[in-house]
Amino acid sequence: MRVFLGSLGLEQIFTLTGKNPDGNSLWCSGPSMEPTIQNSDIVFAENLSRHFYGIQRGDIVVAKSPSDPKSNICKRVIGLEGDKILTSSPAGFFKSHSYVPKGHVWLEGDNLQNSTDSRYYGPVPYGLIRGRIFLKIWPLNDFGFLRDSPNGHRFSDE
Amino acid sequence: MVQSQGWVRRYFKAFCKGFFVAVPVAVTFLDRVACVARVEGASMQPSLNPGGSQSSDVVLLNHWKVRNFEVQRGDIVSLVSPKNPEQKIIKRVIALEGDIVKTMGHKNRYVKVPRGHIWVEGDHHGHSFDSNSFGPVSLGLLHAHATHILWPPKRWQKLESVLPPERLLVQSEEDCLVERLTEEVAPKWKMRQSGGKVRTDGYREGR
Repeated sequence: MRVFLGSLGLEQIFTLTGKNPDGNSLWCSGPSMEPTIQNSDIVFAENLSRHFYGIQRGDIVVAKSPSDPKSNICKRVIGLEGDKILTSSPAGFFKSHSYVPKGHVWLEGDNLQNSTDSRYYGPVPYGLIRGRIFLKIWPLNDFGFLRDSPNGHRFSDE
Repeated sequence: MVQSQGWVRRYFKAFCKGFFVAVPVAVTFLDRVACVARVEGASMQPSLNPGGSQSSDVVLLNHWKVRNFEVQRGDIVSLVSPKNPEQKIIKRVIALEGDIVKTMGHKNRYVKVPRGHIWVEGDHHGHSFDSNSFGPVSLGLLHAHATHILWPPKRWQKLESVLPPERLLVQSEEDCLVERLTEEVAPKWKMRQSGGKVRTDGYREGR
């Protein structure tokens, strides 16, 4: 009982989450964050950053899905409110931009070809973010902090 | 000497044990079951705060009822503001996913509420920052269901889930001319998915 109550406090700070194709509420599933996070990896998420509004560009966050509040999405923050986001293809000739509205963030998966993210459903309200993923604990050969985005070009304000 | 020190230590130990049990229990209760909050502003007049700034209502917020994101049309709910995540706003649910809303002051005249979203409005139209300004809100932003007014005592009452009569919903797509129906997701984001091009005024080409 005491361990349970002690963990209630910890749950406000840490959540153990992972990518796994079952319906549990703390799991995200899918290939959208490969190669940074694969399916059946286990990662540690912390909830303090979102309470203190310390989420930054390049962070990987767990958020409630905008179209289904019971499932989670696991994406990288590409832009914060006020940032200019390139919405057309980077290789295209005519580039179109838009600005992330106030109170929202722009999320994209690392696996751009296979990711349903803000490019599909638009900017996501900050209030849907549940936590920031900061440590991978399984598999052991990939233990440690998470790599930077393989899509560095998405962060340019250009 | 030993005895007087003994009771201090025992008292201290009992206090710590109680404290580290009571605080997580209380925090979890207030976070997950119910809490109270003072309502500010005039956006829900006359249901809430009819006296304006002179007397703010205090309402009971029930988190437990919305733990599965189940709300009914007409419920008064509190949610995280989509424009400012540090703020909670309290509004009435007008429409659920799939409903078609005739908006008041929104850029599109009719809006179909997308999956996983709701349309909220304050009862005091024109003085309310609600879905008519920021569009449908995701259910994930739902915070609690306001069930009762607790203070001041003469306003003690249960809040009813009724839709204001002038906000009855459009029943079918034929009621609003079909070609003026726009889906409330910024059309640009849908471009790749729909295949056809969607103009920025919301009409879809090549249908």
